[in-house]
Parts: sequence; structure tokens; C-alpha cells
Amino acid sequence: MIPGTFEYHQPDSVQAAVALLDELGDDARVLAGGHSLIPMMKLRLAMPEHLIDLRRIDDLKFIRIESGVVHVGAMTTQHELINHAELAQQVPIIRETSLQIGDPQIRYQGTIGGNVANGDPGNDMPGLMQCLDATFTLLGPDGERKVAAREFYEAAYFTARDDLEILTSISFAVSPGGYAYEKQKRKIGDYATAAAAVLLRKAGDGVACSFASIAMTNLADTPIHCEAASQLLQDQGVNDASIEAAVASCIASIEPVDDNRGPVDFKKHAAAQITRRAIKSAWSRT
Amino acid sequence: MSASAPSMKERQAALKGLGTSRKRVEDARFTQGKGNYVDDIKLPGMLYGDFVRSQHAHAYVKSIDTSAALALPGVVAVLTAKDLEPLNLHWMPTLAGDKQMVLADGKVLFQGQEVAFVVAESRYIAADAIDLVQVEYEELPVLVDPFKAELPDAPVLREDIADAKEGAHGPRRHPNHIFTWEMGEKEATESILASAPVVAEEMVYYHRTHPCPLETCGSVASMDKVNGKLTLYGTFQAPHVVRTVASLLSGIAEHNIRVVSPDIGGGFGNKVGVYPGYVCSIVASIVTGLPVKWVEDRMENLMSTAFARDYWMQGKIAATEDGKILGLWCHTTADHGAFDACADPTKFPAGFMNICTGSYDIGTAYLAVDGIYTNKAPGGVAYRCSFRVTEAAYFIERMIEVLAIKLNMDAAELRLKNFIRKDQFPYHSALGWEYDSGDYHTAWNKALEAVNYKELRTEQAAKVEAFKAGETRQLMGIGLCHFTEIVGAGPVKNCDILGMGMFDSCEIRIHPTGSAIARLGTISQGQGHATTFAQILASEIGISADDITIEEGDTDTAPYGLGTYGSRSTPVAGAATAMAGRKIRAKAQMIAAYLLEVHDNDVEWEVDRFVVKGAPERFKTMQEIAYASYNQAIPGVEPGLEAVSYYDPPNMTYPFGAYICVMDIDVDTGTSSIRQFYALDDCGTRINPMIIEGQVHGGLTEALAIALGQEIAYDELGNVKTGTLMDFFIPTAWETPNYTTDYTETPSPHHPIGAKGVGESPNVGGVPCFSNAINDAFRPFGLTQTRMPHDHWRIWQTANKLGLHG
Ligand SMILES: Cc1cc2nc3c(=O)[nH]c(=O)nc-3n(C[C@H](O)[C@H](O)[C@H](O)COP(=O)(O)OP(=O)(O)OC[C@H]3O[C@@H](n4cnc5c(N)ncnc54)[C@H](O)[C@@H]3O)c2cc1C
Repeated sequence: MIPGTFEYHQPDSVQAAVALLDELGDDARVLAGGHSLIPMMKLRLAMPEHLIDLRRIDDLKFIRIESGVVHVGAMTTQHELINHAELAQQVPIIRETSLQIGDPQIRYQGTIGGNVANGDPGNDMPGLMQCLDATFTLLGPDGERKVAAREFYEAAYFTARDDLEILTSISFAVSPGGYAYEKQKRKIGDYATAAAAVLLRKAGDGVACSFASIAMTNLADTPIHCEAASQLLQDQGVNDASIEAAVASCIASIEPVDDNRGPVDFKKHAAAQITRRAIKSAWSRT
Repeated sequence: MSASAPSMKERQAALKGLGTSRKRVEDARFTQGKGNYVDDIKLPGMLYGDFVRSQHAHAYVKSIDTSAALALPGVVAVLTAKDLEPLNLHWMPTLAGDKQMVLADGKVLFQGQEVAFVVAESRYIAADAIDLVQVEYEELPVLVDPFKAELPDAPVLREDIADAKEGAHGPRRHPNHIFTWEMGEKEATESILASAPVVAEEMVYYHRTHPCPLETCGSVASMDKVNGKLTLYGTFQAPHVVRTVASLLSGIAEHNIRVVSPDIGGGFGNKVGVYPGYVCSIVASIVTGLPVKWVEDRMENLMSTAFARDYWMQGKIAATEDGKILGLWCHTTADHGAFDACADPTKFPAGFMNICTGSYDIGTAYLAVDGIYTNKAPGGVAYRCSFRVTEAAYFIERMIEVLAIKLNMDAAELRLKNFIRKDQFPYHSALGWEYDSGDYHTAWNKALEAVNYKELRTEQAAKVEAFKAGETRQLMGIGLCHFTEIVGAGPVKNCDILGMGMFDSCEIRIHPTGSAIARLGTISQGQGHATTFAQILASEIGISADDITIEEGDTDTAPYGLGTYGSRSTPVAGAATAMAGRKIRAKAQMIAAYLLEVHDNDVEWEVDRFVVKGAPERFKTMQEIAYASYNQAIPGVEPGLEAVSYYDPPNMTYPFGAYICVMDIDVDTGTSSIRQFYALDDCGTRINPMIIEGQVHGGLTEALAIALGQEIAYDELGNVKTGTLMDFFIPTAWETPNYTTDYTETPSPHHPIGAKGVGESPNVGGVPCFSNAINDAFRPFGLTQTRMPHDHWRIWQTANKLGLHG
């Protein structure tokens, strides 16, 4: 559980970090909170020769809410997300989800940028970002580009981010209405056995569903945005029958694997229950 | 008497003796990070060792190329079996009469087995170097299922003893068979089974788990080549035995070896045995002439050091139609892994598994245990229990439930009907033990009343109806357990470890100013010995516990003892402490009588002093006596005030308890939540109620872990699937429920202060209690038995198989 040798760099601007990454290429990795990367290095599953620590770059630490859009700097910690009063009010699902990540010690270190860039299907933020239809801003030697969270994840640990790019910020619209993040885990500090993020809005008539978005975590090798299920709730409103149909549609779109958290049939059943609960809870909060 | 003279009650309280909830004196340093653990030890010039380990569960080692590792700057040596062979240290004896490879000798038998030992100037260089050691393996078929060990196509694991027809514990019938141990009356039991009105049968599996102490295992060996002395610091639960073993193995005279157990961060049986790391650090220090440290990491600890349990217990229990138990039969298949490295007293290859008749008056019983080799890590230690007592308690407490189902009877009532009665003690069990004392009916009734048992059953029945009506997806389980332990090994006549009788010891020195130091042969790993042993002594010799230092763990200063495990410290070393205290008092009495100018028999003991009978104003306090013993010539009495006692217990002690757990279970997610846990413990005389409560809380939490998910699981290739704390369940405060603790107090008749030991009771009783709650929740739906660990998916699967998912 001792990492291999590496050089440590601590640039103080995004430009310097991108330049370093460009110069060092494949042998370098960006270090954020280190709570995913360092364990991998201790297991020697990752053996980067250079670590580029983003901690000293103040430009990457911010939470701004402007004209209905939230912008979060990549180096914002999960702890900071939890404690941002305005964010908790405007997009409460962020706080609800963040509180389900690891434990307080992990959340003091872990960043939103690291969580979404990591590409680990176990991470909770990627599914949430898909639910929120967030946009990731990437900066590389060729400049800046934006990628939708729903387009970002290719496979476990494979994302649309180029090795030479740094994820600088994340943005998403504020989301009024009902929300819920339900997560089943074996214990505090554990990744999800099954988790679902749900956003729902009631139409002006107080009955119909004007907006629905559902995403699931750790039930496939990427987060799953359940488009059909979301559409179904929007079309049919939220009632017992539509919930069951939406849940069935969600379960049809996941591909969980048999592991220490349990066999596939169990995971599907638990995921259905978690999703059902999340939809009901979100609807009750609209 | 002056107005300010303290009353007898005040003097008593000032001693902080037996029965006082004295705060733990150890905690000041532990809570401030000022403990001194093995990994805190830094000696000048110290080198660091690290292991190359096998990734295969079964393979021949064709070659080991160490040249690239040796070429790395900072690497001092790489040891392989070939290097150890000339010293005859490539194998070592185990505590169970088997032998174990120190470093892979031609083959590896489990994943994580030690193959080569790299010694380097820093821990980091050592870690880099192990990646450079090239090992060529030839993979062999893997045996993970003990029930396949004797099939015709089973691979032979231990080729070194393939032809040995006799093992340390009698005949072997197959190369993968280690021993068969039988107790009780086979024929008589089987004929009862054949004729009894009711027989319930079940396979009770207690899965493989691991003690996983907070601090992993490690050692620092320092061979001083000038004076020929070896100092060995290590995580040893039995430092004196380690010294003897080290001497026998290395040929270094025993007086030239000093073994030190510094602070130990939890043991739970994991630190009883001798590990290759200890041996390699010693050899490396001898080879290099420098101190060598070896400390394993968490994954190494889980993968390679001693596991616990892994008992497949096939049971049959016979009863009359109204529930009087007639006989008990048990056949256990014990998966021992690659080497038989169980830590049991020599004559007990399955520990005290023959306590499996539990708290019940069962006239006839039979037990057989087959030890089997598989391609898994060795061990089989007593994880927070006396030797295999947890397995036994789990077995009988499950069998009682299974029988209750068969009889369609309430399981609490079935227990009441079969408890050994108070007037039957001392009770001779069918499997050979003499239970010292107990009052099970009182404890059980108290427990049932405390939780309102009848109401709970009514509520449970209503919940079942609501579930059937589709109104809830939750079920309620009521877990019952009445356990009897056997601890305090043990009488030298039948208990030894590597030939050393399992006595223990205490040596006391009273200083001239009336404070004292006591040294014991045991070693605390968090139990609070420095607190409680001082309390025993305070009550015996009238010196405040605050003025008594307790020291353990340094073989150069402490008297010889067999160490701390199996809840033996209080029953054995605690008894030695009381006995040594009594010797001090006997001498003090002579001194007091002399000082008071009366006959020895004319003074009597009163809290902290000897008083002239009938003249209470004439007395000498222990402090005055201590001073006198150093500064006055007393005719016929040697100067000084010291005593030593080596205590050979006449019997074991038999703590018991009544536990009840109420759980709610979600059948769709398989999650469970504990609503209530009531734990009544009877550990005889209570030395420190606060420490007892702490021990019970800790032990119950470990029990919760085991019952609900803590497991060392292997895949079919022998890969460890649960080798990190991500997958190996250690509960946090979040998962830990509230516990209600309670007690009755039935002293041990043969122990000097009546104490029985408590550290392990909550684990012994807790596991069946939690497990029974899960099982009980599904009883109304036709379940008789579901397997531990009860993690979410297994609970879900149980519900699924019962058709509860529609
Ligand atoms: C015990 C434990 C339990 C945990 N439980 C959970 C949990 O329940 N849910 C959960 O979601 N997470 C969990 N985590 C992970 C935790 O939230 C991590 O902190 C997070 O996943 C990664 O964030 P980080 O800042 O630590 O990233 P790092 O570990 O520093 O980096 C992770 C990866 O992302 C890359 N990276 C980081 N920042 C950037 C960037 N700005 N641009 C480009 N690439 C970048 C790194 O190079 C690396 O490959 C747990 C971690 C631990 C140790």
C-alpha cells in the first residue's frame, strides 16, 4: 500500500497547470482531493510519474449562481457544496447527494471536479450531473470546450476528457421543484449498491408533471440517464401506474454486475425499490 | 478519632477497588495519540522488510530471481526459503502441532502467502523492490471447498506430509485431512436420535471472518552481535511464549532474548500466533546486524494473518414432543486453510467446541470435528472468544431455534424448559466440562421482562398480518440468545500451548512510601488491564488503585505467563493478582502485629489497615506497614514487601448472558435496522462496571459486524474477494445501534474474587442473537435457516426464495 515514486508539482494557475500537463504528457496526472487517485496509487493500479496538484489554484474554487445558472469550480470540495446556503436553496439535490458521499473526512478532501472527472461508476456526482443536465468545461492546450455530462461518460474510467485537458468548472441550471437522491449502501463510506437521482416539477394545474429527470448510479459501467422513464412521467403524470412503468423502464436501461454488493437480480430489485422511493419522495416535495 | 479522619466508607471509596467505575488510566495517552505501538519504534540504523506475496492460491514456485531487486539502490537483502533453509527456519512449527512455511518452499498454498522478504533502507524502497522480484509460478488446481477435499480428483495440498498417516491429533485418512476429534458418546446419541419423538436437523455455517484489529501485525527485531542479545518488539498477545518459541527455533539461549509487547492496538486473537514476518525480521537482523522492522498493511493483515471461524456444523437435536431435549449430535467440517495454525490449547484441536451443549441440560451428546486443508490462509483463531466458543454458541443457539420451529414452540419457552437449573451446579456436561456456577432462569426471565417479550411477539404477529395484507414491506425479527462461555484457560493438567502450562502470574512490589508496582504475564490490547488489575489489588492490599502501576509485556521484567486471549486475563492473571496480594497482606499482618506489639492473630484487616481486635483506635495502615518493612529490623521477617504468585486455575470459568435483539427488515432492499438490543451479562464479580459496559459495547459491535456482513470470501480460484475495508465490514458509529446493558452477578466459586471474565461474552452471545433476529423475521414464512453473513443481498435472497417478492 505504498505508491511508486513520483514528482510532485504545485502550479498556481490553470494556465500553468495546463502547460505542465502538456509538457509532461501521459506520465502526468492531475491531483485534486486525492481520495480516488491516491488509493489507486497505493494499490499501484495507477503509477503516474508526475502529480500536478491543483490545490493552490484559487481560480478553480468558487460557487456562483448567476441568472438561473450555477457555476462550480472544479476544486470545490463536497464539504463546501454541502455548506453553501444559496446552493442548498436553489439546487437542494446537490446537498442531499453530497451528504451521501463517503464520510465527513472524505468530503473535506474530495472535490466535485475529481468526482466527475474520475470516471468511476461508483461516484455519485456523475449521475447527479446527468440528472441536472450539467455541462463540463474543459481546458487544454488547444483551448476551452464544453461537454454535456450526458455525453461525457464512455466506460468505466473512460471519459470524453482528453488526457491533456483539465476540467475547470461545471454548470447547470437551478432546479426548482421536487428532488430526491436515494442511495442504498452497505455502510457509511461505501459506494452505492444502487442510487437514483430524481428531479420532478408539477405543472401549473398542480396535477401534471411538467418536468422529470432520472439518473442512476453504479448500476452500469457509466452513470445512466433514464431518458425514456423521464419522458414517461412527463407524459403520463406521476401516479402509481406511471411510477411502475418508469421504474421498469429505468431497470431495463441498467446493466449491473455481480460483485460483493450482490448478484444482478438483487441489484435490479433493489434499484427498482430505490428508484420508486426517489420518485415518490421527489413528487412529494414538489 | 479526629473530626477529619475519613470514615470507613470514605476509605473504601478512596481505594477505587472492586466494583468502582474507575476511569481507564490508559486512555489519557491513547486519546491523545501518545501511545507507543510497534510502528512507533524507531531504532538507529533500522531497516525495513516487506514481503513478495503469491497472487496464486496454489502453484509451484519454479524460480525466484532477486537480482533486479538487489540491484535497486537501498536494497540490503532479499531472503527466500533457500536462505532460511540452512538455519532450518524455512518452515516453523504452528501452535496446533503442524508446521508452516515461513517463505514459500517449492510451492504456494494460498493467495497472499509469503514468498520472499525484501530488506531495504526505507519502507518505500522495500515496496519498490518487491515489484522487481521475479517469481515464476506453475499454477495448480485450487481447492477452496472443504467438502471437495477428499474427492478422488482433489489436488493434494500438503505434499510435504502427503504420506503421513498420523498427525498431531491422531490418524489422518487423506492427504487433505488434518484430524478428527471426537467427544461424547456416539452410539448412545445416535440411538437417541433414532428413537426420539422429534429430531431437528440443520447445517449451521459460521463463515470465515477475520479479527481485523485496528493495528495490524508487526515486529522490530534487533540482534546485538556484541553481547549476543536479541530484542524483539512485536504485536504479541503472548510475549513470553514467543520468547520460548524464538529460543527453541533460533537456538539463542532464552536469557539472551528479550521480547517486548508495547502498546497493542487490538488483538482479538489475531496476535496470538507466530507469523513469518516475525521470523523474517529476526533472521534479517541477524544477517544484517541491524534492527529490522516489519509491519504489514491492512490488505496483508486481512489476506494472510490468522482468520477466524469457517466451521460447517451439521447438527441434529432430539427432543420429546413437549420440548425436553434428549440428545445433541454435531459433525463439524473445519476449514483450516493451508496449514493448521489454529491457536488452541494443545489437547484441543477444535478448541472448546465441546461447550456446544450450551446453557442446556442435555444428557447425551456427541461431537466430531474434521479438520481439512484448503487453499486459504491459515489461522482459525479465537476472534474475541475463547477457543471455538463462538462457533459452539452459534451452533447451539441456532439448533434451539430450529428445534423450536420443528416443535412449533416459542423459542424463549423452549430455552426455559431446558436450562441447567441453579441447583445443578457444578454441572457436568455430556461433552466433558464442569460448569462452575450459573443461574440461567433468573437471567432469562429478567431479560424477557425487560424487553416486554410477550408484547413484542404480539406486535410481530400483527406486522406479519400487515405484510400479508400488503400494507408494509417490512418484517420484524426477535433475536434470542442465551449463551454460556467457557473461558480462563486453563488448568495446567489439561491446558498447554506448545507444552507451556496455561497458568498465569503476578509479581508485586510495594514501595517504601506505600505505592506499588505489579507486573503480570498477560498483555493488554485495549482491555484496560492497567485500570482493572490495580483495582483487584487495591481491594486486596488497601492501597489506592491510583497508587499502583501495572506493567505487562516485557519478558525481561514481567513474570512468565501465557498471555491475553480467550478471556483468560481476569480468570487466571486476575486470580494470580489477588493471590499475590494476599501474600502481601499475610506478611503485612506480621509486621503490623509487631509494630502494634500484639500477637499476629490479634490484628484484623479493615479496608486499608490492620486493626487490633477490640481496639479500633490502634491500627497500622498499609502505608505505615510498607514503610516499616523497609526501615525497621523486624525479628523473623525479611525486609521489603514483595510477593509473586503463579496461579494454576482449578477449573475454567463459565460466564453467561441473555441477549435479545429486535430488528426491522426491508424485504425489497434486504436492509435491516436494529430497533433494540438488550444485553444481560453475568461475569461473576464485577471489577469495573464501566469497563464491562465498554467491553460489551465493543464486543456487540464486532458481533454485529460478523453477523451482518464481515466476511473473508474467496472465489473459486482462491482469490480473496474481501481484502480491503471497503468490502470487509467494519461498522462505524452510524451502523452501531444503542445497546441496553444489564447484569446478574453469580460469582465463580473457585476464583479468588469470583470473577469470570467478560471481554468476549458479547461477541459469543451477540452473533447468534443478531443472526437469530434475521432468521426469526422469516420464520412465519416458513424459513428454518438462512446463512450468515446477513448482508443486504443475502437477506434479499432469503426473502426472494420464500416468494416474498411476489
Ligand atoms: C473511503 C472512501 C469512500 C468514498 N465514498 C464515496 C462515495 O460514496 N461516493 C462518491 O461519489 N465518492 C466517494 N469517494 C470518492 C471521493 O468522493 C473522491 O474524493 C472523489 O471521487 C474524487 O475526488 P478527488 O477530488 O478526491 O479527486 P482525485 O482523487 O484527486 O482525482 C480523481 C481522478 O480525477 C482526475 N481529476 C481530478 N480533478 C481533475 C480535474 N479538475 N480535471 C481533470 N481531471 C481531474 C485525477 O487525475 C484522477 O484521475 C470515496 C472515497 C473514499 C476514499
